[in-house]
Amino acid sequence: MAADQNGQRSLGEGAMLTLCNISAGYGSFRALFDVSLEVGAGEAIGVVGPNGAGKSTLMRVISGMLRASSGELVFEGRPLTHVPAHRIVEAGIAHVPEHRRLFARLTVEENLRIGAFLPQARRHYVERSEWVYALFPRLLERRRQLAGTLSGGEQQMVAIGRALMSKPKLLLMDEPSAGLAPLVVDQVFDLVRRIREEGYTVLIVEQNLQQVLDVVDRAYLLEVGRIRLSGLSAELKKNPAIRKAYIGL
Amino acid sequence: MLEVSGLSKRFGHFPAVSAVSFTLRKGEILGLIGPNGSGKSTTFNLIAGAMRPSSGSIRFEGTEIGGLPAHRICRMGLARTFQIPRPFRRLSLMENVMLAANYGNSGTLAKSDAQRRAERALDMVGLPAADGIEGLGAAALKKLELARALATGPRLLLADESLGGLDHAEMEHAALMLETIRTKLGITIVWVEHIMGLLMRIVDRVIVLDHGEKIFEGLPEAAAKDARVTEIYLGHGRRG
Amino acid sequence: MDIYLFEAIINGILLGGVLALLALGLNLIFGVIDVVWICYAELVMCGMYMIFWLHSFFGWPILLASFAAILGVAGLGVLLHLLVISPILGSAPINQLLATGGMLFFLQSLATLLFGTDFRNIGVRLPLIELGDIFISYSRLLAFGTALIGAVALYLFLSRTYLGIAMRAIAQDREIMGLMGVDQRRVYLITSAVGGALAGLAACLLVLQYDVHPFIGLSFGPITFMICVLGGLGNMIGGFIAAFVMSQIIAVGGYYFSIEISYVLAFVFFIVLMFIRPQGLLAR
Repeated sequence: MAADQNGQRSLGEGAMLTLCNISAGYGSFRALFDVSLEVGAGEAIGVVGPNGAGKSTLMRVISGMLRASSGELVFEGRPLTHVPAHRIVEAGIAHVPEHRRLFARLTVEENLRIGAFLPQARRHYVERSEWVYALFPRLLERRRQLAGTLSGGEQQMVAIGRALMSKPKLLLMDEPSAGLAPLVVDQVFDLVRRIREEGYTVLIVEQNLQQVLDVVDRAYLLEVGRIRLSGLSAELKKNPAIRKAYIGL
Repeated sequence: MLEVSGLSKRFGHFPAVSAVSFTLRKGEILGLIGPNGSGKSTTFNLIAGAMRPSSGSIRFEGTEIGGLPAHRICRMGLARTFQIPRPFRRLSLMENVMLAANYGNSGTLAKSDAQRRAERALDMVGLPAADGIEGLGAAALKKLELARALATGPRLLLADESLGGLDHAEMEHAALMLETIRTKLGITIVWVEHIMGLLMRIVDRVIVLDHGEKIFEGLPEAAAKDARVTEIYLGHGRRG
Repeated sequence: MDIYLFEAIINGILLGGVLALLALGLNLIFGVIDVVWICYAELVMCGMYMIFWLHSFFGWPILLASFAAILGVAGLGVLLHLLVISPILGSAPINQLLATGGMLFFLQSLATLLFGTDFRNIGVRLPLIELGDIFISYSRLLAFGTALIGAVALYLFLSRTYLGIAMRAIAQDREIMGLMGVDQRRVYLITSAVGGALAGLAACLLVLQYDVHPFIGLSFGPITFMICVLGGLGNMIGGFIAAFVMSQIIAVGGYYFSIEISYVLAFVFFIVLMFIRPQGLLAR
């Protein structure tokens, strides 16, 4: 695990989350090849890349929805590589899934409640929900509404709130801007900034390059299952290789 | 060779493709690209006959093919591959391609004729005819798709996401194979793809779709520098 | 209104109570685990035999035997899930139908082996309540009341407890339950226990009114399925309402014609409705 020349710490030292040579796929279809990255406590890290790069697959491996075929995953010193999803939440990683995946026929409140399913989260349900409603005042008004009837942006808030209910140490956000109108996308990224300010460590996977690089400290470029580049977001913004990854030339 | 004008397709109220027009010249490789949801797959399916257009026309070598059933379009000389190959698993490799050779042409080919065409197609893509279907990897399945399309003797090939599921070396090979098909067999190609790097280096021209509309047509290098193309791929900055 | 028609309507409502309970149990299993327990009525039959056995052979008081049966069938439900359903959860639905169908025959044969084909009765005769010129069976009233309480208890469980919300959520999006910290397997086991307990409760109520024999499941099994499909398979409220609709057709049809014709009417109604709205009355 050598140090990277792009200003990255040595892998494994003091990092909150470390992925080491993770490969994963679906049946015979290999989606990730030897992916290594790390997230330090308090950081906001982005994983960018064009469509089909394997970004969502990466999220699923971290949150335990998908088993890695090889490699290691270490969180706060604990190996979590083949741990089932519900144990990973217990360890402190919460995943806001792609396309939000709300329970459409449950109310906003019930969606938040189920985010607090873990015994340790249940005990603090009232304070957690108050905090989440303070972060998203619009949800307080709509808390008895069926989640499926909310607008796209509001649904994204519920999805994020639901993940926050378990008081995670690391928040994974999978394409938070997907399917949302441009103005709403701005609001979502403002939200991400606020969550950061509250001290959460965030790993965001996102296709919208411009906005995500404005929010994160560092980013990795994932292309067809491999990490091609990584570095401080300020540097990546100027790097022509990123553009090439998305547009081909 | 192919003239598309004012092609539109609506699913209910949703405009998947809106007034797309372009011309395809004989012998060229045209790339049809765009982000997720841009309508490129729908456009592809409209040309291939898998869907009927809501309005507009598609003329292949002067004849209107919009709305014709897929098998008739195939027999007229337009073949397509499928993004997810689904060969007939109970048949052998050879039989799969022979089926294509027969039904893609008149439907009344002698068995030996079909076999010959199948052998030629398999040879072109580099698949040994003796192999069975079981245990074929992703790359081999894609080659089989191509062989099946080639066995129908097309003048125009519609290639549907030929690079998906392949590793880097296999992708290079698949992309070069498309170029070889154009150069050696003189087949015109329309290639839909979302893996950009290789496509941009191989196609002659590129058409970029976004939300069902054509927003760019021209050389790959020009597309890469175009502001609107950049925005749809890299995302937009803050509006607020 | 003709007083006897009124009696029929009342009896229909009372009959609907137990059918509604059965429908709730079946819908719960299907809604949460996405499997149909074809042998659900046979689980009820097992419960009825348990009460008969404990009361008649061991002299347990009926109430105690009833509680034991509820727990017993709950346990049967868990066993059914662990041994039969769990191994085939991921495979084609036809396998589940075949497996639980096989259990149906297995349970019937087991009961025949253990108890013979004689009709058994626990010998409890609850009084008839007289209201003017009409008679209402006390056992039916008790059954209806208990079923209603059971339904309300289930409703409160599903809407107020964390587990209940998890069970409703699993039915909507299975894949992400792990992300909520929910152990899917545990939820399935608890659901199987609750489904079994509901069948056990229905057994307690039915054993007061009917004789038990190995094939008694055939008397109310098919009707229960029809009720569930009519209301929209998996839809708890739909099944609940459909139970009362069907029981009214049976009761009122029995008043105007005969009991056999009333069942025919109920089946015809079901078939017609399947043409009009195949997904069920309250399906989404």
